[in-house]
Amino acid sequence: MSIVRAVLRAQPSWWLGVSLLMMLALAVQVGAVPVHTSDWLAMPKLFEWSAVGDSIQTLSAGSHVLFNLRLPRLLLSVLVGASLGLSGALTQSLFRNPLAEPGLLGVSAGAACAAALTIVMLGDLAAAIHPQARAWLLPLAAFIGALVVCFSLENMARRIAPGSIAALLLTGIAMNALAGAVIGLCTYLADDDQLRSLSFWTLGSLAGARWLWVGLFAGVLATGYCRLTRSMQTLNALALGEAAARHIGVDVHGLRKQIIVWVALLAGLAVAFCGMISFVGLIAPHLVRLWVGPDQRQVLPLATLLGGLLLLVADTLARTVAVPAEIPVGIFTALVGGPFFFLLVRQARGQTA
Amino acid sequence: MISNASQCSGLLSRRQALGYLAGCAVAAISACPSIVRASPRKRVVSIGGALTEILFTLEADNDLVGVDSTSIYPPRALGYPNVGYARQLSAEGVLSLRPSHILATEEAGPPAVLRQIAAAGLRITTLPAKHRYVGLRQRVLGVARVVERNETAQLVLEQLDTTWQIVRRQVNAQTAHSLARPVRVMFVLAHSPAQMLVAGAMTAAQAMLSYAGATNAVQGFKGYKPLTPEGLIAAQPDCLLVTEQGLQAAGGLEALFKLPGLEHTPAGRSRAVIAMDALRLLGFGPRMPEAVLALHQALYAV
Repeated sequence: MSIVRAVLRAQPSWWLGVSLLMMLALAVQVGAVPVHTSDWLAMPKLFEWSAVGDSIQTLSAGSHVLFNLRLPRLLLSVLVGASLGLSGALTQSLFRNPLAEPGLLGVSAGAACAAALTIVMLGDLAAAIHPQARAWLLPLAAFIGALVVCFSLENMARRIAPGSIAALLLTGIAMNALAGAVIGLCTYLADDDQLRSLSFWTLGSLAGARWLWVGLFAGVLATGYCRLTRSMQTLNALALGEAAARHIGVDVHGLRKQIIVWVALLAGLAVAFCGMISFVGLIAPHLVRLWVGPDQRQVLPLATLLGGLLLLVADTLARTVAVPAEIPVGIFTALVGGPFFFLLVRQARGQTA
Repeated sequence: MISNASQCSGLLSRRQALGYLAGCAVAAISACPSIVRASPRKRVVSIGGALTEILFTLEADNDLVGVDSTSIYPPRALGYPNVGYARQLSAEGVLSLRPSHILATEEAGPPAVLRQIAAAGLRITTLPAKHRYVGLRQRVLGVARVVERNETAQLVLEQLDTTWQIVRRQVNAQTAHSLARPVRVMFVLAHSPAQMLVAGAMTAAQAMLSYAGATNAVQGFKGYKPLTPEGLIAAQPDCLLVTEQGLQAAGGLEALFKLPGLEHTPAGRSRAVIAMDALRLLGFGPRMPEAVLALHQALYAV
């Protein structure tokens, strides 16, 4: 057991990276439609298309499933999971509280609130615009909702008690309650159809994955990650407490603003496209901290990797367990992460005792 | 037909048996020239309880390869691969059944998944979910077009029309002759003893009630809203209408009669409750005219 632990301790990022790749290789093979080696051979054809998605009839059924449904979905689940893991790690380090998650800031609730308002209040507008644009209306509204919540949060918290992270937390809780009330009102006003569209946002799903989304997510995640790696040392300083961090020369206010913006971007985008996928943002950084300790230089990259792996496993289960039907992915994120968590908490306690 | 059997993955013996069966079927069909089919067997995934029921009524169940979770009648429909809830479909799941046609009502979704399925080159036939008798006729015709059973559909429609006229006549006669006001009915949709909804305007339940010559005791909103004791007393229903599934979820008749406020309504005092199968009552499938008649008779026997 101690040897295993020693190996695990040696290169956690290597382990996570390899398991992520292995899981990808496995996940691409399983699914409702069997994929054969010959289906991979259609790959060169993909690059001949002028417009992706237009002339799919030239592909076999297996290749279509592989390249247009399964691959974007797998990659999106990794990217969304990674975004949630990263934003979770950021939130926890900002609040210096292991129970914090992006939901605590009201980001998810803000996005869902905007989505609910769009579904219920702007139903007629949605019917009037072009179907192609309609698909983008909801994600856009949800994303704007997440951003609005984050910025008003920052402003309000500063007005209540400048520089206090406790004030930020309390404002976040108030925001959550407010958004919850609006969602509740929308649920009450909604008719049958709208109610069912609303339930999508609370369940979360990766079923609509498209290459365009994958590209968008990859871009945002990469930019955010590169920006944040520069602040990892200062995040470590923040763990000492706000006052201490300020004394050793950290621009706490600037750091806080930067973190809030990126949490809003990452988590807001995830909610906008995939609905509320719970638990990943909470558990990925938590697991990582139990594994490698609290050094942010390790926690941020590992939480990103682990979040991606976790959501990939959960979504693969969601896709395959009840074939040909599908089970909401949120059930599996908790189901996969929960037992893991128990195990690590027990181990961690064993070490300290 | 033969090519279809050979696509089936399985033991060789099963393949041979299928081939043999297919051969028999071909022989039987060619022996009977009136029902010669021009096209090969279709592979239809039916998304919607009423549509599946219509498929079975049109005797096109040979063409069926998959159903959704609302397809619970006839019981044979439960034996088909289930692609899940009609509003939470999975593109890959549906495609894995190698369908040639998708039959769906307007309620199917989510839209992104429907787009993915359509992008795979499949034709999705969307039929109106209208809660009217006309809607039922449109659905029968729409399904018949997809499975190419137009002659059978004409027969089925004739039968439905005849039944419908009888039903209409009986309901009209009753409502014209009865001196009292029409029965006031409240439809209660129960998911659990703690969670009950009542049907307002623009619901399948309201449509069935007006066809059966009753009025909806609940007025003033569209769709379903939570049931409150005060609302119940204010509505003063003469009778409660529930689905059999809902009655079970609510914990049976006794639990239903314990609903707060019910004892202050005519329905509670006379213990008037009608329970009908959910798909039969609200599905607007081929059993709809007969369900209207059954509802009407149950209401006016009260």
